[in-house]
Amino acid sequence: MKANQRQAAVFKKLVQTRTPPRPILRNTLQAFLVGGMFSLVGEGVMKLYTVVLQLGPKDAGPLTSASMIFLGAFLTALGVYDKIGQWGGMGAALPITGFANSIVSPAMEFKREGLVLGVSAKMFTIAGPVIVYASLTAVAVAVVKLLLKGG
Amino acid sequence: MAQKRLGKETVFLANPPAIVATAAIVGPMEGKGPLAEYFDVVEEDTLLGEKTWEKAEIKMLQEATDLALKKAELKTGDIDFFLAGDLLNQIIAANFVARKISRPYLGLYGACSTMAEALGLGAMLIDGGFARQVLIGTSSHHDTAERQFRYPTEFGVQRPPTSTWTVTGAGAVVLAEGGHGPLVTHVTIGKVVDMDQKDPNDMGSAMAPAAAETIWQHLQDTGRRPSDYDLIVTGDLGRVGKPITDVLLKKAGYDLTPVYNDCGIMIYDTNQDAHSGGSGTACSAVVFGGYILRQILSGRYRRVLLVGTGALYSPTSAQQGESIPGIAHAVAVEAADVVD
Repeated sequence: MKANQRQAAVFKKLVQTRTPPRPILRNTLQAFLVGGMFSLVGEGVMKLYTVVLQLGPKDAGPLTSASMIFLGAFLTALGVYDKIGQWGGMGAALPITGFANSIVSPAMEFKREGLVLGVSAKMFTIAGPVIVYASLTAVAVAVVKLLLKGG
Repeated sequence: MAQKRLGKETVFLANPPAIVATAAIVGPMEGKGPLAEYFDVVEEDTLLGEKTWEKAEIKMLQEATDLALKKAELKTGDIDFFLAGDLLNQIIAANFVARKISRPYLGLYGACSTMAEALGLGAMLIDGGFARQVLIGTSSHHDTAERQFRYPTEFGVQRPPTSTWTVTGAGAVVLAEGGHGPLVTHVTIGKVVDMDQKDPNDMGSAMAPAAAETIWQHLQDTGRRPSDYDLIVTGDLGRVGKPITDVLLKKAGYDLTPVYNDCGIMIYDTNQDAHSGGSGTACSAVVFGGYILRQILSGRYRRVLLVGTGALYSPTSAQQGESIPGIAHAVAVEAADVVD
């Protein structure tokens, strides 16, 4: 049987009283710590390129991003990043390391279905929407800028 | 005709078949849980030396059926029907094991309720005189389920407290006419119940109404009270679904609390990070075949009601905004000397 609206509403109330709440405070704190840690590491890498290797910010910036992407991919390959993600939540998902994880994890997962139908086809199943909407947003912002400020 | 029907939806088995052997094989995480000592085999890793998790699941199911047959001292040729199912698309674990067993095969899909569904069907086949021995097997695997239903296993996503952990394991049962062992005496086949729950991360709430409905129907049809059972055990409602079932049945006039437990809660310790508990086709299969059956054999339990619970959705139906239908099948298993 499928519940009618009234039955569904009554049941929903029961479920709400019995569902353990997400530990929001703890999750937020952990996300702050993990996200902060990745940022700290990124800052350290940036300093390494600017201070030690004497690179300008134009070179050091992209190089730092690339290094962090490598770190995210590396931790995913070691099987550690999913555990960091479970503990750190959004703090692990939001930095660029999380983006790397979202591409490397399906690539690893679907290796067994082959290079074409597996790895390359599934690689962007999670990151794909991010890339699509980020690109669209960039276009929209550029159009607004063009209209307001002119070329 | 139809003299073996009891009430609206229950059948009673006039010549109850016996559970002559069971086998329970689990993965490493289940092997660290509180029921570890009751499983026949605890695998060291989740790949079992295979190249893919799917192959590993198939191997586990194969090993479980082999072991159950060996314990029952039967050969595959003695089996009249092989009933099996799992969670993979097109139930490939069951199909591929059936390919090797090469006996008349019925593939079943009841999601995580498949063990109870198969026990009920197998018992009816034997009681009806259509079979002498029936082999049953069900399996699930955490990693095959994750990649099919959710995300890649290495993806760093946070699981909510309502989510469950799919049990890696396989269970097998041999039912036989006139054999030695606990008897399957009553079967209540469940109806699909959908209370409009839509969160695939909370299957306990989606399945609880179906469990409550089937347990209520079973008690109504048989005229039994919850206290007539030493244990009423649901499949994989977890820490969220179990109390909801309890509340629903209290409202309907049955207090299950003293005898009620859930395989999903029993299989893992709270510190194993399984959140709401275990789930999957193997969950009730290994807890029943490994732990509960040994308790019946040792005399601790005389009469047990196994209520397999299943969430009958697919990732496609969930993505298209459909609610999650639930189902539950109840099978009464009793020590041989109770039934006279």
